[in-house]
Amino acid sequence: MAAPKKGRSASAQSKPGRSLALILIAIVALTGGMFLSGHTTPRLGIDLAGGTSITLEAKADQGSAINKANMDTAVDIMNRRVNGLGVSEAEVQTQGDKNIIVNIPKGTNSKEAREQVGTTAKLYFRPVLAQDATGPAAAPSASPSPSASGSSSASPSPSASKSGSSGEKATSSSSPSASATTQGRAVTDALKADASPSASASASSSPSPSASSSSDAGSTADAKLQAQYAALDCSKKAARTKAGEGVKPEDATVGCGEMGGVWYKYLLGPAAVAGTEVDKAQAVYNTQTAAGWQVTMDFNKSGSKKFADITAKLAQNTQPLNEFGIVLDGEVVSSPTVNETISGGQAQISGSFTQEEAQSLANMLSYGALPLSFQEQSVTTVTAALGGEQLHAGLLAGAIGLGLVVLYLVFYYRGLSVVAMASLLVSGILTYVIMALLGPAIGFALNLPAVCGAIVAIGITADSFIVYFERIRDEIREGRSLRPAVERAWPRARRTILVSDFVSFLAAAVLFIVTVGKVQGFAFTLGLTTVLDVVVVFFFTKPLMTLLARRKFFASGSKWSGLDPQSLGAKPPLRRTRRPAAPAQTKEA
Amino acid sequence: MSKLGNLGARLHRGEISYDFIGHRKIWYGISILITITAIVGLAVRGLNMGIDFQGGAVFTTEKTSVSVSQAEEYAKDASGHDAVVQKLGNGTLRIQIAGMDTQQSDEIKNKLAEDFKVDPEKIGADLVGPSWGDQIANKAWQGLAIFMVLVVIYLAIAFEWRMAIAALVALIHDITITVGIYALVGFEVTPGTVIGLLTILGYSLYDTVVVFDSLKEQTKDITKQTRWTYSDIANRSINGTLVRSINTTVVALLPVAGLLFIGGGFLGAGTLNDISLSLFVGLAAGAYSSIFIATPLVADLKEREPQMKALRKRVLAKRAQAAAEEELAETRGTAADGAEDATPAVVGPRATRRRPSGKRR
Repeated sequence: MAAPKKGRSASAQSKPGRSLALILIAIVALTGGMFLSGHTTPRLGIDLAGGTSITLEAKADQGSAINKANMDTAVDIMNRRVNGLGVSEAEVQTQGDKNIIVNIPKGTNSKEAREQVGTTAKLYFRPVLAQDATGPAAAPSASPSPSASGSSSASPSPSASKSGSSGEKATSSSSPSASATTQGRAVTDALKADASPSASASASSSPSPSASSSSDAGSTADAKLQAQYAALDCSKKAARTKAGEGVKPEDATVGCGEMGGVWYKYLLGPAAVAGTEVDKAQAVYNTQTAAGWQVTMDFNKSGSKKFADITAKLAQNTQPLNEFGIVLDGEVVSSPTVNETISGGQAQISGSFTQEEAQSLANMLSYGALPLSFQEQSVTTVTAALGGEQLHAGLLAGAIGLGLVVLYLVFYYRGLSVVAMASLLVSGILTYVIMALLGPAIGFALNLPAVCGAIVAIGITADSFIVYFERIRDEIREGRSLRPAVERAWPRARRTILVSDFVSFLAAAVLFIVTVGKVQGFAFTLGLTTVLDVVVVFFFTKPLMTLLARRKFFASGSKWSGLDPQSLGAKPPLRRTRRPAAPAQTKEA
Repeated sequence: MSKLGNLGARLHRGEISYDFIGHRKIWYGISILITITAIVGLAVRGLNMGIDFQGGAVFTTEKTSVSVSQAEEYAKDASGHDAVVQKLGNGTLRIQIAGMDTQQSDEIKNKLAEDFKVDPEKIGADLVGPSWGDQIANKAWQGLAIFMVLVVIYLAIAFEWRMAIAALVALIHDITITVGIYALVGFEVTPGTVIGLLTILGYSLYDTVVVFDSLKEQTKDITKQTRWTYSDIANRSINGTLVRSINTTVVALLPVAGLLFIGGGFLGAGTLNDISLSLFVGLAAGAYSSIFIATPLVADLKEREPQMKALRKRVLAKRAQAAAEEELAETRGTAADGAEDATPAVVGPRATRRRPSGKRR
């Protein structure tokens, strides 16, 4: 950061007015930008504004490594989940190698959000062994508000009532739903092979895995599970959450799913395909058949094979045994019917989807299965009152600290303290404005450690001009008059400032890159203020000093200027030569 | 003009100066003593690791009239664990219970809300897993290590390796002292403390670098003269930048003190307090070490160089000669440490009070 500024500073020395104008223009422009952007205060961190911060730590599962790709996928999924709550400002971000931090600002149901992100999402395709509506059907969408898992599944599950509400799509969806109106279900999705010839061609060639198919349904639905299934009441939230808990993919299980405001219970076979075996899923609008929105899936190699096997089995069965449940976190989010064997690794789910529903299901298929499981590390609920209190105290402390610094500077540097205070002021304004602008720009949030960082930075900023002032005073002590002293002191002070600021910046940069969470905010502030310190010293303090050195008040070495040669103890012989009007030897070493 | 300004002038002229280098053994001794105390304290008492490192829940109530002891009882009833309750400056209570998980914390929160007769929403809950704090600490150590390596490389390039080593020693010294004080006093270690500690890194070095910069400048043509040894000039550098060091430290400590005493006074324990406490201790240690440890160490290392040894010989020879010529028969008491005592306490034009030191010829 040193090199380019050094170059420009050469002109700053000869034309102090210009660089002063430059920095003033920069301040005006930045401040103007701040007001124009409408973000006149720095975005407050969760600890100051209040809200909930959830830290999740990834746990490596069998076969899934904690790497950047997996972490990014997980963030993506969680982002969908929390923002599915209607929280537009929730942030999900990775921190460090294996942490994900979810910040949910105040005014959100933090408990809901917590369940939403905290649970491990596992997506499986399981054959449906039995299916039933459960409980009183009068538990519409209004009630499941406290249930996080409920709301997550509610939106993506294709439902008749929803599609009916949008007229255009209701008509287009008529064909797929017709096939599935048995069992009192409003609508079922149909699953069929992709229209592409390759898919159908390979479908015929696929070997029928009938041997295992018959035994599957019979053996797994053992008595215990049957009892469990019979007892399951999916209209109760507690039962729903409990239903799919701790079930291994290879075991049969029970599960709930909501269709059109009604909860259905399912008896589900062992997982046939895992969500991770879905390569990608997309929501597409089927223009050919005008069947509306549908979801296409591409499986990977092992997924294709497994999917071909399971569809071959299921296609032979009758409703509901020809369905399979797409189970996310133990909850059936969709249960398409299988009409034919699907091999070749491509399939589509059609149904009465709205665009969002299709998109949502596609996302879930693509991303629904978190590649990693997560453990809640910390949940911080910060009430705004507390945060406000802390901010208040922090700012008050900062103000008092600043006041003391000013008092000290006035006491010690007299007139020079004007330069010091003006520099601090400029630095303060720049810090504030840039922080305010960085909020919307890069999501910078001022948290409490960052406030501390800014307060600590007062010392670092002050040090720069203390170094410079002391250099000037040393030059005066050598017997120089003020103007040459100001110029001669600068190159040496400049080097010291750059060298020491570089160390400070290095510390901030390393901390910012390496550390997580709170430490990062602090490091960022420290780094920012260090850079600003250099800018202010070069473009403000130095030029201002040059200008002031021309003023009589300072040049004459007034007692109150802080540059009085007499009290600074300048060397007597040289002082005599200095006394008669300041010699204009502006040349510097 | 203030006294400090006057002091600055006299320091600049060399009228007064403290022989930092000459007395370095005293300061080394003091530092070693403090460091040993710190290490012993650390070993015996250990650090009072905060809840972030142990795992547990922290609840914060709004302003309440419930007393601390009563709150402790409530918390114990609700959780079955001992709780640490602190009354914060603004009348709120901070209740820490170690070893809680999410579900338990919810139950406790509700119970506490009942006991306090407030809305559960008004109780802030901070649930922390042990590995979260550990991770912050691990990352911090990692950052520390990387920073040290980089800064040593940087200092070795910008200055020289001796200075890099001295700066590193001073840095480790500061950290040890700060950590030691935490162990001895029993302040709670929180992520805020870690942040404060990390800041010391930058600041301690910042201070050191300013002195080194002056030292480097003044020793540029050191071999071309025979008046001063490296140690003399090092001493002059320290004295020359002393006023700056004092000013900078005062200016840096004032806001931190504001944070510590005002912020802390208002709010009791909290992030602000944690950060500012470690900063306060660390800044003070940093200022001390740059003057009393880092620079004398550089001088020590530098004096081992053959070039500097030769210079020292020449300087001493010249001084001895001057002394002999002046027939100054001032015999001072036998100083114990010969070599370093040969450096003048006063490095100015009048620095001629020298004993003959004939044995060196």
